[in-house]
Amino acid sequence: MTTTTLTRRPTRARTPGTTGTPAARARRKQLLHWIAVHAIAIAAALFFLLPFVFVFLTSVMSDDQAMSGELWPHQWHWSNYAAVFTTPGFLDWWKNSLLYAGLGTLFTVCSAIPVAYALARFRFRGRRTAMVLVISTMMLPPQVVVIPMYLVWAQQLHLTGSIWPLVVPMAFGDAYSIFLLRQFLLTIPQEYVESAKVDGCGELSTLLRIIVPMARPGIAAIALFQFFYCWNDYFGPQIYTAQNPAAWTLSYGLESFKTAHNVNWNLTMAATVLVMAPVIVVFFFAQKAFVEGVTLTGVKG
Amino acid sequence: MAATASPAPELRRKQLRERLRILGFLSPWLVGFSVFFGYPLIATGYFSFMHYNQIEQPTFVGLRNWTYVLTQMPLFGPALWNTLWLVVVMVALRVVFGLGIGLLITKVKSGAGFFRTAFYLPYLAPPVAATVAFVFLLNPSTGPVNEILGALGIPAPEWFNDPTWAKPSLVLLSLWGIGDLMVIFMAALLDVPKEQYEAAELDGAGAWSKFRYVTWPAITPIVLFAVVTGVVQTMQYYTQALVAGKLASGVSIGPGSVIQPGYPDHSTLTVPQLVYSLGFQNFNTGAACALSLVLFVIAMAVTTLLMRKRAGLLPADD
Repeated sequence: MTTTTLTRRPTRARTPGTTGTPAARARRKQLLHWIAVHAIAIAAALFFLLPFVFVFLTSVMSDDQAMSGELWPHQWHWSNYAAVFTTPGFLDWWKNSLLYAGLGTLFTVCSAIPVAYALARFRFRGRRTAMVLVISTMMLPPQVVVIPMYLVWAQQLHLTGSIWPLVVPMAFGDAYSIFLLRQFLLTIPQEYVESAKVDGCGELSTLLRIIVPMARPGIAAIALFQFFYCWNDYFGPQIYTAQNPAAWTLSYGLESFKTAHNVNWNLTMAATVLVMAPVIVVFFFAQKAFVEGVTLTGVKG
Repeated sequence: MAATASPAPELRRKQLRERLRILGFLSPWLVGFSVFFGYPLIATGYFSFMHYNQIEQPTFVGLRNWTYVLTQMPLFGPALWNTLWLVVVMVALRVVFGLGIGLLITKVKSGAGFFRTAFYLPYLAPPVAATVAFVFLLNPSTGPVNEILGALGIPAPEWFNDPTWAKPSLVLLSLWGIGDLMVIFMAALLDVPKEQYEAAELDGAGAWSKFRYVTWPAITPIVLFAVVTGVVQTMQYYTQALVAGKLASGVSIGPGSVIQPGYPDHSTLTVPQLVYSLGFQNFNTGAACALSLVLFVIAMAVTTLLMRKRAGLLPADD
């Protein structure tokens, strides 16, 4: 089969009328194809990267030049970054974002592991219903249930104006993380669980000593996604922390930063760089876990 | 001993223990689901029949909130229209563009690693930061994009400041962050068996027929997945539209001040923003709850579609 393919292909090359041997023609066609593909790829790369470049270049311009529409800085004002950092509140927002993302990730991972394990490992009545409910909450716009939740946090618990309404729910299972981790756990062969049981492990110690170490890539993926979710979240901080600027996160504060420095695009762009930077740094360090997670979402279990 | 005397209670006890154990593992989610989903959903239903401004006691008003939201509220129409517009246009363009970029990246031979990272990076930009960046880039008077278009002699639109261009600008922003779809499509495209392409070439198939008869059938499940999750995400579209509208309006806002979303001319107002505006700016809790239930019903309808086996979200073994 393979040999016929190889021997017959050159004779099949059509498009008569062009000069040169068939082999040369094929090579020329390949070269043209290579050039076309890479030209498009370079154009696409410009579309994806130029916004970053413009944002960065503007972030080091002087106040006046940032308003001029010029593209290249006359002088590099690195002091813009210092100015952003010394803006009242900015360091608080950093701290709050780290706290929200850190605690949120920790809580989510701890609560998602047992739930995902139960949904992947046990066959029980209502399992399908539970999965359907998990996926439904995953799909639900957060605006649907926010009003009564807000009233509880504001009127009964008096905790609005802090990040607690954002992180506490994450200790009770995040649907997306549960779903993702369950998909991962399904790929672990049941035999490992069985042999652990033969060795006299209970369910809990099987989970902690056998499953968790094996599921490390999946756990890393949900941790990363949750960290990004918290870091990027705007709606949550807007609802629960708006009254108290000291409790704002970076994502929420950045917008008010722009309105406070309405004319200073350079400072706003420097702040934008500082909000983007951590996620991109984290990405480069954790690329593998990330790709793992993305394939998990896309590929069916 | 016990086993010979009464096997049934022993078995039942074992079953009970097993069930309690499962409940134990599930308990964080069971609590979370009831407290942070079940309760507020019921309470939303309750408030949708009440007049409540978050200060005085709620009073029963029957269907008034519902008739107000569905028939009288002037902004419901535009918000629903914008949401549908975004669901159709944004999802369609994102899928087509994501597939194109995915195809491109599988064809690139030199510098594949660089291109992959470059194409993926914008997806990582936090939505607020990406939106601030785009409002700056597309700023009509001093933004670099219009600066370049002007230099080339191309008439430049007002982007986020023009009601007809505001939504397309948001679409552009969403195409910039195509990285998630690119990775999914790339994985699907690399999964198509090479032999099928070779066989098609033998039959003299050109690039288009190879795509149409080999690639497309192999990746339709992933395309469907991308469409359905895209629809669900876009129905929640909130942050980028709200931030872009606020910043482009140029109105200075301090904490606590109220600026209605949707600038310019309600062209970027979506249903989730309207819920926020009703509930947290106008303190019309009843109408906000009625509207969020409308959103809930639409979201549930789409989710039900999603649960169908063909969309591939619910694993086959269930």
